[in-house]
Amino acid sequence: MAIVHDIDTGGSTPALEAKRVSVSYGSKRAVSDVSLVVPRHRVVALIGPSGCGKSTFLRCFNRMNDLIPSATVEGEVLFHGQDLYRPEIDPVEVRRRIGMVFQKPNPFPKSIFDNVAFGPRINGFDGDLPPRVEESLRQAALWDEVSDRLDDSAYELSGGQQQRLCIARALAVRPEIVLMDEPASSLDPIATQKIEELIFELKERYTIVIVTHNMQQAARISDYTAFLYMGELIEYGPTEVIFTRPAEERTEAYVTGRFG
Amino acid sequence: MGEAVIGGALFMCAALSTLVTVGIVVVLVGETLVFFRDVPVVEFLTGTEWTPLFAEKNFGVLPLLSGSLLVAIGASVISLPIGLLTAVCLSEFASERVRGVLKPALEILAGIPTVVYGYFALTFITPLIQVLVPSTGTFNALSASIVVGIMIVPTVASLSEDAIRAVPLSLRAGALSLGATRMEVSTRVVLPAALSGIIASFILGISRAIGETMAVTIAAGALPQITANPFEAVQTMTAYIVQVSLGDTPTGTVEYRTIFAVGFALFVITLMMNLASQLFLDRYRERYQ
Ligand SMILES: Nc1ncnc2c1ncn2[C@@H]1O[C@H](COP(=O)(O)OP(=O)(O)O)[C@@H](O)[C@H]1O
Ligand SMILES: [Mg+2]
Repeated sequence: MAIVHDIDTGGSTPALEAKRVSVSYGSKRAVSDVSLVVPRHRVVALIGPSGCGKSTFLRCFNRMNDLIPSATVEGEVLFHGQDLYRPEIDPVEVRRRIGMVFQKPNPFPKSIFDNVAFGPRINGFDGDLPPRVEESLRQAALWDEVSDRLDDSAYELSGGQQQRLCIARALAVRPEIVLMDEPASSLDPIATQKIEELIFELKERYTIVIVTHNMQQAARISDYTAFLYMGELIEYGPTEVIFTRPAEERTEAYVTGRFG
Repeated sequence: MGEAVIGGALFMCAALSTLVTVGIVVVLVGETLVFFRDVPVVEFLTGTEWTPLFAEKNFGVLPLLSGSLLVAIGASVISLPIGLLTAVCLSEFASERVRGVLKPALEILAGIPTVVYGYFALTFITPLIQVLVPSTGTFNALSASIVVGIMIVPTVASLSEDAIRAVPLSLRAGALSLGATRMEVSTRVVLPAALSGIIASFILGISRAIGETMAVTIAAGALPQITANPFEAVQTMTAYIVQVSLGDTPTGTVEYRTIFAVGFALFVITLMMNLASQLFLDRYRERYQ
């Protein structure tokens, strides 16, 4: 059984709650019986060695596993107290409210403006688009770098800028939660630092669940850390506890870099 | 030792095909130049009468060009949308079962000899058109357009499908994660991203339609005229070349050399289209590599 330390949800319902979630690809189990609470306006980091199921678990929160035909998800994922996997829930609607940023920047081959405007446009946003685009770019700390070239192709941006553009694109839909799967793994240290600073600011407005295999990063930016190992949740608690006083030997071995 | 022999043989094969290509172009250009000693280029390119086999000879290629274009446009109207929709369906929406039926069906379609398409047009499509529009002649551009259109659906579909499949999965995932439906992913992200590849497939399809010979010779007739009426007979550039090649026109005459001039014109048109198509494909490749 996983060791779960005190998770302070401030008395309100958590932003997300996984209850005994398991995911299999065909007959191969990738995530086993994981239960975890994500408090509002906090950053939760998922850490663990490569292949331990972090991405798979993260995709349960916005039903992206639906797109993998062999994947089956068991258990419940509660969002506003409602199970996201109930049959009457529309996964498209779920993804509008729970955004995602991927491991590699994946801007569309469109202009910077159109990338950010994409989400609002398809979701029937009937307000004024330019302010929404500007606001999203500002939140993603990219506005100052692109404000005079919004019509340029997104592909002209550097990798780090492209990743912030993808964050702006996700924020433009005004999600409540942003899921990030190793968002800085393909970036250089300076771009990585910018993304980390950004995540720090974003938790004012959003709840963030971030996968990272970089433990320093997890330690720097997250409030809570979950350590997964071979598909199982080993230990979950305040980041400070996980990194300085873990209860599980495997957690300690991993965070101190002795394996993984 | 063995490798040297194989290497030599491979080189010979490559050299042979290059030589053949060069030979064809040399003959084509040479004969065309001879032709233009007798017929002014301007008359050939701007004349509106094509009667080289009659007593009163006119060498305006426009009627043949118009015939080729009429058939090609008709064929495009049919094949481009159907080909593209087939490609979208195959790559975005079809289940494995549907794909398992549709893909082989397209391959069979691509494998049918064009002469069969020609007779299919003459003996099935034309009578059908005549039921709807009784004034239609036995030979007409529409019937040829329809079968040429069917003929090039596989080309357009398979090349478009390649272009659509080449759009990275990460773009689709990105769009879905923003709350796009599958339809929105297709129409707003995938198709625009694949656009240059799709256009390339269109150009190649049209180029094939212009170069298509057998079906139009059989179904469209042998009446060189400038018309936009698909219910009338026309003669395409290719059909004219067949007519003269198979007929009893004495070699070495200016009438005979017309086929080289027409062939050269055809060659230039399809070459330009293939180059244009390649240009679009290159642009497309640049984007994702
Ligand atoms: N689409 C998939 N199909 C089959 N197996 C998969 C798929 N994605 C991941 N897996 C497997 O599930 C396990 C967990 O993978 P993943 O969630 O990507 O781990 P992590 O993100 O922690 O590296 C791995 O063994 C991986 O091989
Ligand atoms: Mg991963």
